[in-house]
Amino acid sequence: MNLTLKVWRQANAQAKGSFETYPISEVSPDMSFLEMMDVLNEQLIQKGTDPIAFDHDCREGICGMCSMFINGEAHGPDRLVTTCQLHMRKFKDGDTITIEPFRAKAFPVVKDLAVDRSAFDRVQHAGGFISVNTSGNTQDANAIPIEKHDADRAFDAATCIGCGACVATCKNASAMLFVSAKVSQYALLPQGKVEATDRVLNMVKQMDEEGFGNCTNTGACEVECPKGISLENIARMNREYLSASIKG
Amino acid sequence: MITSSIARKVAMALSGLFLVVFLGQHFTINFTSVFSENTFNELSHFMGTNPVVQFIFQPILMFGVVFHFVMGFVLEIQNRSARAGQYGTYKGSANASWMSRNMILTGAVVLSFLGLHLYDFWIPEMNYKYVEFIPEDPTRYYDELVHKFHSPIRVGLYAVSFGFLALHLVHGFGSSFQSMGLNNKYTPAIKTFTKIFAIAIPTGFVFIALFHHLKAL
Amino acid sequence: MARLDSKTPEGPLSEKWTQHKSNINLVSPANKRLIDVIVVGTGLAGASASATLAELGYNVKTFCFQDSPRRAHSIAAQGGINAAKNYQGDGDSTYRLFYDTIKGGDYRSREANVHRLAEVSANIIDQCVAQGVPFARDYGGLLDNRSFGGVLVSRTFYAKGQTGQQLLLGAYSAMNRQIGRGKIKMYNRHEMMDLVKVDGKARGIIARNLVTGKLERHGAHAVVIASGGYGNVFFLSTNAMGSNVSASWKIHRKGAYFANPCFTQIHPTCIPVSGDHQSKLTLMSESLRNDGRIWVPKKLDDAQAIREGRLKPTELAEENRDYYLERRYPAFGNLVPRDVASRAAKERCDAGYGVNKTGEAVYLDFASAIIRYGKEEAHVKGLDENDATLVKKLGQEVVRAKYGNLFQMYEKIVDQNPYETPMMIYPAVHYTMGGVWVDYNLMTSIPGCYAIGEANFSDHGANRLGASALMQGLADGYFVLPYTIGDYLSDDIRTGPIATDTTEFEEAEKEVHNRLEAFINNKGTHTVDYYHKKLGKIMWNKCGMSRNGKELKEAMAEIKELREDFYKNVKVPGRLNEFNEQLAKAERVADFLELGELFAKDALERTESCGGHFREESQTPEGEALRDDKNFTFVSAWEHQGAPAKAKLHKEALNYEEIEVKTRSYK
Repeated sequence: MNLTLKVWRQANAQAKGSFETYPISEVSPDMSFLEMMDVLNEQLIQKGTDPIAFDHDCREGICGMCSMFINGEAHGPDRLVTTCQLHMRKFKDGDTITIEPFRAKAFPVVKDLAVDRSAFDRVQHAGGFISVNTSGNTQDANAIPIEKHDADRAFDAATCIGCGACVATCKNASAMLFVSAKVSQYALLPQGKVEATDRVLNMVKQMDEEGFGNCTNTGACEVECPKGISLENIARMNREYLSASIKG
Repeated sequence: MITSSIARKVAMALSGLFLVVFLGQHFTINFTSVFSENTFNELSHFMGTNPVVQFIFQPILMFGVVFHFVMGFVLEIQNRSARAGQYGTYKGSANASWMSRNMILTGAVVLSFLGLHLYDFWIPEMNYKYVEFIPEDPTRYYDELVHKFHSPIRVGLYAVSFGFLALHLVHGFGSSFQSMGLNNKYTPAIKTFTKIFAIAIPTGFVFIALFHHLKAL
Repeated sequence: MARLDSKTPEGPLSEKWTQHKSNINLVSPANKRLIDVIVVGTGLAGASASATLAELGYNVKTFCFQDSPRRAHSIAAQGGINAAKNYQGDGDSTYRLFYDTIKGGDYRSREANVHRLAEVSANIIDQCVAQGVPFARDYGGLLDNRSFGGVLVSRTFYAKGQTGQQLLLGAYSAMNRQIGRGKIKMYNRHEMMDLVKVDGKARGIIARNLVTGKLERHGAHAVVIASGGYGNVFFLSTNAMGSNVSASWKIHRKGAYFANPCFTQIHPTCIPVSGDHQSKLTLMSESLRNDGRIWVPKKLDDAQAIREGRLKPTELAEENRDYYLERRYPAFGNLVPRDVASRAAKERCDAGYGVNKTGEAVYLDFASAIIRYGKEEAHVKGLDENDATLVKKLGQEVVRAKYGNLFQMYEKIVDQNPYETPMMIYPAVHYTMGGVWVDYNLMTSIPGCYAIGEANFSDHGANRLGASALMQGLADGYFVLPYTIGDYLSDDIRTGPIATDTTEFEEAEKEVHNRLEAFINNKGTHTVDYYHKKLGKIMWNKCGMSRNGKELKEAMAEIKELREDFYKNVKVPGRLNEFNEQLAKAERVADFLELGELFAKDALERTESCGGHFREESQTPEGEALRDDKNFTFVSAWEHQGAPAKAKLHKEALNYEEIEVKTRSYK
């Protein structure tokens, strides 16, 4: 396949970026999108051009590091995949592909397509945990049975990979899906209920301080989420937040 | 007062739901004009003169309207500033409905219609009752209504505005339940109901307007 | 050749750890506040160690090269974590887990360490559940288990195919709590460039801020390396793109011995290579072997027809299929340990029975599991067990519930539906059992420098059993290191903060700076990846699944030559003080180019076959690995002497007190 790539180039956080166009030929449909980017970078280096910076690590869809906005969609046109698992067979010969970084005030660009998502980490510092020390003497793992249905839903929420596609996709750059996944995971487990009140209040406060937008229930995040995290989690967080606010 | 993002969206949802209830009530009364002039006049007279309605519900309603649109604009400004740098290509249609992405637009159209509506009905009404102190005539309402729907331009504007209201409600009504934390096995049923409501009620309003317009020809 | 002291405590095996914990020195809570510890890496070992050290009261500085600690590659572990809980009542015990691990490791691991691992395994599950890790549960609300290769009990706890993710996020959440409290200072997008030694002790590191490119000095009373394994020396592996040996290699160059570098695990079930553009390989969890049956065609003609696309695997009759694992190893069947399964696949493919275009793939077939589960479900639901379509549908649902995410991943990569046609798999480099040599306290041969998790060598011998890596990472981080490190740090309560304006730090920083500058100024002709790929080819062809003396010698010479060429001709674009991925990669590949040679040297030295290390010169008439216990029951620990080829061998003798060393048989 022969393709034309329109790629966002930005030297650093302060610089003003712009699109550059690069042709690329002999792309195999079996390549992953990032492998195609590797090939392009090898060519750029050979030509003496600075290669395109982009975040990636595990390349099997679980680390959440890759973060490209491809043809107007987070992680590109395929569903339930991260950029690293998007394959070139999803494109046609002759296509022009626009590649941009995830854009949000809370995710400043580091360079080219790499962005700084430490806002997510800070939201987690505010309450994304259960306060239990490592003693080796906590009670036996089977001491509290957990209804399978709840355990499964907690797991589904916990599969969030923190990639930020929800923020990138949302027209409001809202982080509700991400934050609600964590709040839900703990809210559904007896171990997490103990500090549920403080958790949801603190995490939402931090989320707001980071400058994410507000949720308007467009549902775009759920569609673009590579892990299929459900909007149900947002509703659950809203409930948790309301009852926590009332409790104080 | 309402500082957190979730509190704001719940407030948006509650004020919106309140307006939906008002809309239902408004429709019910208007609809009586189609089949019974007297019922319509009686109900309108009650609404126009009952002190509880006039001095408690009416201010609450006005507050609800103002709150809903002011908050709507505030949130919109915040949301836009949360993006920082526009996307070169943004394919919103790939993952969200047009209605959900354009609430500010449909809302603004509805708001300007509301301006027209207040100018048409509410200002004359206030003038009638509280400025010129014209004595109440319990049978005047029906004629006023029919008179307003003479102009085809007004009826046209009316119909377009209700079209936008329907678009606003198709997303907004159902979405308010999600905002308040309701998402469970009843959600599909709620969504269906809210969508039917969102289309049926504005259509009903347009029907009433057309009915009186055509009847008077 | 010097002999190494592992500092294993005296006493009966089952009491060593308990007694040791009671006897070692501790640091009082008030004094812990005066002590700084650096942790490099935030995988299971690094994250759990950081969290626990901070909970205990130490000031922790943690470094990771990714943009968040949550991205470390432990996150990609799929199958599960072992623990001797015996919840299934199938005869499991601490001893059995210990025994299985030693046997699985082909009697090349340190007995006392493995026993300790088995002892703390149960605590890990308790701890993780308390942290909110959503393990799979059964309908009674209790924890579920599955079985893994090389064992006869079900002791593996899991969270669908994302166990590593859930455990890592658990450890990350424990870290978050401490970061929020200010007890951990987190340095994201920072890479350790060198270790700084003061008076022979580890006293800090030089780190590079990967965003600004600036070098930073960080002092501490102890340095913990938790940077994972070195599988990427093969270029293609299941490791993450950024996984590297550099932290381990830097300390090796500063005096830490490197143990058993040739012990590498080739995982049998990975998605086969599709072309030259391939940047990494994707694992399909070993748990799939619980239900999948591995086969190739019985006849060469059929294999050829399948390769050419003339025949579909589903069309091949049962009697024309060779379920070679079930045939060769009736007792364990498809659940033989990884090294055995990998070699058997290679053997079949080398003999011409491979099933994809390149001839390097075998089938992993779920058809019979789907029918089996479907019938069970039909029976439970009172439906017709003989309705083939219904049974298939029900069976697929069960399989989807168990392995859904893996099947989806396979379909996305290969573009084939594994519910309908068998998966194609082939072995790939996955884990490195070798690593930095550590004593019983997990301290390397540099005082104050520790290595934990995959970065060290101690627990898995010559082959790791499935679901044991997660167990070891968390055991080291949560339950071992935080206590053993106190023994060393108790001498440091009056040391005070480590100054970084000393000559030692200055020199180390200067050296790093010069090295990086040399890359930028080199202006060569080939990219970093060009060299990495070449190195990978040498490693895979000559130090891969089977090795021989001749090729290993060639590999050593070729790697040395490649390294020299690399320094002369590598081209690194960009500048020093900016976000420069190529520069970071150049530094990592430089270290791989040294490690590769030591790897080959170690493999050459060990003329026996054991675990993942198969020497063609040492095999039974049936082609099974042949160990040489008389001459090789030791750990090879290499001391750096300027160049990999000159490394000096130290031997740590392995003494088995509780276990009788036997020939490993899974037949």
